Amino acid sequence: MSKIFEVPLYPYERSTDQDALGAVRHKVVVIGAGPIGLGIAIDLAQQDVPVVVLDDNDTVSFGSRAVCYAKRPLEILDRLGCGAQMVAKGVEWNLGKVFFDEHKVYEFNLLPEDGHQRPAFINLQQYYLEDYLVRRLHALQAEGKRIEIRGGNKVSAVGNHADHAHLEIDTPEGPYELEADWLIACDGANSPTRRMLGLDFVGQVFEDNFLIADVVMEADFPTERWFWFDPPFNRGQSALLHKQPDNVWRIDFQIGWDIDREQELKPENIDKRLRAMLGKDVEYELEWSSIYTFQCRRMEKFHQGRVIFAGDSAHQVSPFGARGANSGLQDTDNLAWKLKLIIDGKAPASLLDSYDAERIHGADENILNSTRATDFITPKSQMSRILRNAVLDLAEHYEFARPLVNSGRLSVPCTYDGSPLNTPDALDGGPARTRPGSPCPDAPLEGGFLLPQLGGRFTLLTFNADAPEAVEEGGITATRLALATGPGDALAERYLGRAEAAIYLIRPDQHVAARFPEYNEEQIRFAIRRATGKE
Amino acid sequence: MSELTLTPNIDGADDFYAELIEAHDGLTKDESDALNARLLLTLANHIGDREVLAQAIRAARQAG
Ligand SMILES: Cc1cc2nc3c(=O)[nH]c(=O)nc-3n(C[C@H](O)[C@H](O)[C@H](O)COP(=O)(O)OP(=O)(O)OC[C@H]3O[C@@H](n4cnc5c(N)ncnc54)[C@H](O)[C@@H]3O)c2cc1C
Repeated sequence: MSKIFEVPLYPYERSTDQDALGAVRHKVVVIGAGPIGLGIAIDLAQQDVPVVVLDDNDTVSFGSRAVCYAKRPLEILDRLGCGAQMVAKGVEWNLGKVFFDEHKVYEFNLLPEDGHQRPAFINLQQYYLEDYLVRRLHALQAEGKRIEIRGGNKVSAVGNHADHAHLEIDTPEGPYELEADWLIACDGANSPTRRMLGLDFVGQVFEDNFLIADVVMEADFPTERWFWFDPPFNRGQSALLHKQPDNVWRIDFQIGWDIDREQELKPENIDKRLRAMLGKDVEYELEWSSIYTFQCRRMEKFHQGRVIFAGDSAHQVSPFGARGANSGLQDTDNLAWKLKLIIDGKAPASLLDSYDAERIHGADENILNSTRATDFITPKSQMSRILRNAVLDLAEHYEFARPLVNSGRLSVPCTYDGSPLNTPDALDGGPARTRPGSPCPDAPLEGGFLLPQLGGRFTLLTFNADAPEAVEEGGITATRLALATGPGDALAERYLGRAEAAIYLIRPDQHVAARFPEYNEEQIRFAIRRATGKE
Repeated sequence: MSELTLTPNIDGADDFYAELIEAHDGLTKDESDALNARLLLTLANHIGDREVLAQAIRAARQAG
């Protein structure tokens, strides 16, 4: 049986654009049909922005790569129409164990807070995510949305002009050209677009290699994240075991810097490693394996004129903490509504500067966390190894050292503190977690949850407070969602704190733009203008 | 009598750990050992309490 990632999902087809006399102009062209390119395309198409996705390939991700998806991206995928499928297929987990040598050092529980529709984390192969997204794209197309995906379309040249981008594309039937009002480059960590435009991508390479193997086996390990420092089966290095659906297990072996890649990737050598770890009689099938050197880097700016970068093309992190695809989806969430407003003439093009400000803030947070985890896993000097091992020894005996153990700080959404779109916090006693810039935390409502009621538009979220049903400012409408809270319920705890009433202005990406103790038309109008780059 | 704190007590544990590791950047192993010794004595002086220091020495020995 062929694997899902071997079956063409969007095979090359000739487009009428290839027979046109000159380059046909499109509103938005996206390069790359990875999770991020598909995500931004679906988001735009749902808002009736016509979009064309180009990919040199025609299948989903070869092998799994990303496995862990955090709550926030699942909430974003809900808006894109794929969240429920992800959760239904994915494996939920909360427990992690850390081992040092032959001992269990400690275990942690993610202890997810109650009252959220989506779990803290699921594991799912990246190819399923991409499969769901491609199917969603085709469904939107069938509904008449102007969204298109072109397989076998390899972008070979990009030009950035004052009011458009120019593309040269190679296909199995020869080259053609396109123009785009806006070009979104989601072409991965090695982004050819970045290279063709001569843009830099600076950061740190970690001098280490990781052998990643996805194996299919019947095993009765629990659904937990197991991480080993210096285990007997991989001396001096680390290892990871994590469950995915369909009895697929993700196994990482740290293998050091000076290695012979070809040797290491030979099935018989992988087999030796697996048997040392899982027992000599283990029965398994190797689904996919690869060797990675991890890097943490980002572009200096995420957009240049008419070309915008999102996902791995803009920033790359080592995977400890699962921050790659998770943060890329937050890029698309941040970008789609801004671009829609700009295209509709309802916001100035400079609103894109806030995409840079906010997502660079996010990328830096992710890079900091991933760098620290990688440094802990791969100590750079003899002394950092000594200190690392001391932390592990102490953690086995004393609780105090456990927060210092770092096998990856798991992805959490970023709060856009200091964003130019925020209106200063005016809610006395309001909880810190919902200050302007924060992603809205979910909460239970009668018969459902809060987050599905938000997003895709500006919302005036009122708690125990009067306000008009809609406010329109400069072509942008904020519609009211009126909620009443009782003392002690999750809504009150998450949105009111010590305040009795509140008015929140929520952005289309479910981040808080402003909050006030009561309705004041002037203030709301100001906050809408500010959140759309007009103040 | 004072008790040695063995529950988490450092705000921003990751920031602290990064700062500690950075302090060793560019040092030879001997220089790093000496830095650790100076740091240890400085912290011990800050704690001051002999009973707590004695408990800390025992705790560290036991975890090895
Ligand atoms: C071992 C490993 C484990 C990981 N684990 C996790 C995890 O648990 N959680 C997590 O969130 N992330 C994880 N990641 C990161 C995650 O895989 C990436 O962040 C994610 O794939 C980025 O998506 P993307 O769409 O930006 O880029 P990609 O998925 O790389 O997609 C880029 C696309 O662009 C296309 N393309 C490239 N050049 C051209 C061209 N010239 N013309 C046309 N098309 C082109 C490619 O064919 C490809 O389809 C992991 C990564 C690795 C390597």
